[in-house]
Amino acid sequence: MSLNVAVCVKQIPDPATPGSLNSADHTLVREGKLILDDSDAYGVEMALRLVEAAGGGEVTLVSMAPNSEQSGLRTGLAMGAHKAILVSDPALKGSDALSTAKVLAAAIKRVGPDLVIAATESTDGYTGTTPVQVAELLGMPSVTFAKKVTVNGSSLSVERQTEAGYDEVTTPLPALVSVTAGVVEVRYPSFKGIMAAKGKPLEELTVAALGLDANAVGWAGAGQQIVSVIDSESRQAGEVIEDDGEAHTRIVSFLDQLKVL
Amino acid sequence: MAISKIWVFAEVTNGKVATSSLELLTAARATGATVEAFVAGDGASVAAELGAYGASKVYSTGDVGTALASIPAANAMAALVAAGNSPDVILLAQSYEGRDTAGRLSVKLDKTVLTNAVGFDVEGDSLTVEHAVFGGAKMLKATFTGAGPYLVMVRPKSFAAESANGAAAAVETVAIPDAGATGGASVNSRHAEERTGPSLDEAAIVVSGGRGLGEASKYQMIEDLAKLLKGAAGASRAIVDAGWVPYSYQVGQTGKTVKPAVYIAAGISGATQHMVGMKGAKTIIAINKDKEAPIFGIADLGIVGDVHKVLPKLIEALQAR
Repeated sequence: MSLNVAVCVKQIPDPATPGSLNSADHTLVREGKLILDDSDAYGVEMALRLVEAAGGGEVTLVSMAPNSEQSGLRTGLAMGAHKAILVSDPALKGSDALSTAKVLAAAIKRVGPDLVIAATESTDGYTGTTPVQVAELLGMPSVTFAKKVTVNGSSLSVERQTEAGYDEVTTPLPALVSVTAGVVEVRYPSFKGIMAAKGKPLEELTVAALGLDANAVGWAGAGQQIVSVIDSESRQAGEVIEDDGEAHTRIVSFLDQLKVL
Repeated sequence: MAISKIWVFAEVTNGKVATSSLELLTAARATGATVEAFVAGDGASVAAELGAYGASKVYSTGDVGTALASIPAANAMAALVAAGNSPDVILLAQSYEGRDTAGRLSVKLDKTVLTNAVGFDVEGDSLTVEHAVFGGAKMLKATFTGAGPYLVMVRPKSFAAESANGAAAAVETVAIPDAGATGGASVNSRHAEERTGPSLDEAAIVVSGGRGLGEASKYQMIEDLAKLLKGAAGASRAIVDAGWVPYSYQVGQTGKTVKPAVYIAAGISGATQHMVGMKGAKTIIAINKDKEAPIFGIADLGIVGDVHKVLPKLIEALQAR
């Protein structure tokens, strides 16, 4: 049996460096090198394991990014993904989550996967709606917040995180799952993997090549506009002490003052 | 056209309306608009509670069987809108079911969703939605372009839930449209995780641990301290990603928002990702060995020290009381 999996991945500015907004249009500044969103590494790992368990099939990465950015995709390919599709087009600047989902869904359709995997949300935009929007556009069932995923022939068993604990959910394939971080231990790309990634197929597409109307995406298609960005009232730093071996007593007296003990 | 009707997607667990839904009803009511609730499930059993918080009507699908609630919810709401029954705004909580429902509904209505809202303002026919970005350092305001219904997902705890002692909501039963292939998933069983003490959302004291703990086994100190303080244990994203604790423990942008009376951050540097979920705490105590850690910039009491030394002594001192 073989299993073909499409993984939605996002290439984002390094979260370790402070983010900023473009002053003219309030979009997130995405200058410089982008990296594979950590949240998506779990999806790539999950896909690789499921394909290995199925005994065959392919993992295709699908991403939308400005300026033909590939570095994050190369990371995923180095982990072991077989190929990648990148949608890059100046017309996509300013796209909202729904437009992004339309682009990703159109790209995924070209793959015709048995399973689509996404992270529950990206680290930089974190709307958390794109995976389900993609599923709806593809006419697929979806199971979000998956913390365990098993493929049984033509169906999928998922443990889905809930407020109270978890639900056991099954769904026929094709389907989409969004995985939580920490769901599997992510492999590091090996040197061999990094070298091999350079030769793996990476198809770059424009909006027109996907058959989408440029007016339905980017600024033109966005259903929202930012009106202002202001500094929030900030909390003030209080007392800071160095631990001299007795700092715990200060915490106890502080908690006493607050009358919570 | 003014904003005159608001729907709230009300989530019900074990016959009780979720606090986050009651918060939305309270906020919707404050705009002066007509407020109606939508329940994917038995709306009649919670009509009194929904009414008390301001809903004049509740649309109820009745039992949804083994379906994921978001499927009947999005399909039934879209059908009501298509039938000319559209509200101007649909509010959903940024929760598991809220997100799934908003995603599905957004495609069905071909409308964008503004997510992670922490506030909103109605002025005439315009709705301005507030978002805390960069860990809450900046407040971003956005509006919708084009016609409604406007879909807004609001972070829990953005508003206080207050009853208006309103009369029970009128119940209107709605049909569940056939979802086709999208309705293929089914819930076979539900499991409640054993958690002693208060929930992370409701605890008056939250103790969270981060990467500074060094290894997974040291998280036990966080659990012990939380238990001693009758609080709940939380975590930074770093250690959830590392698999030390489940996602349900995560406090922050991609996790839960907490607003306890006291928040203790141990071995957490204070990435913006974390701050957005806890800076609403009344009092913050931070323990971190790096005196430059951003968490000290918002802490009321900061201890520059090693969590492996401070926490065991703190636990011992509290046990001795």
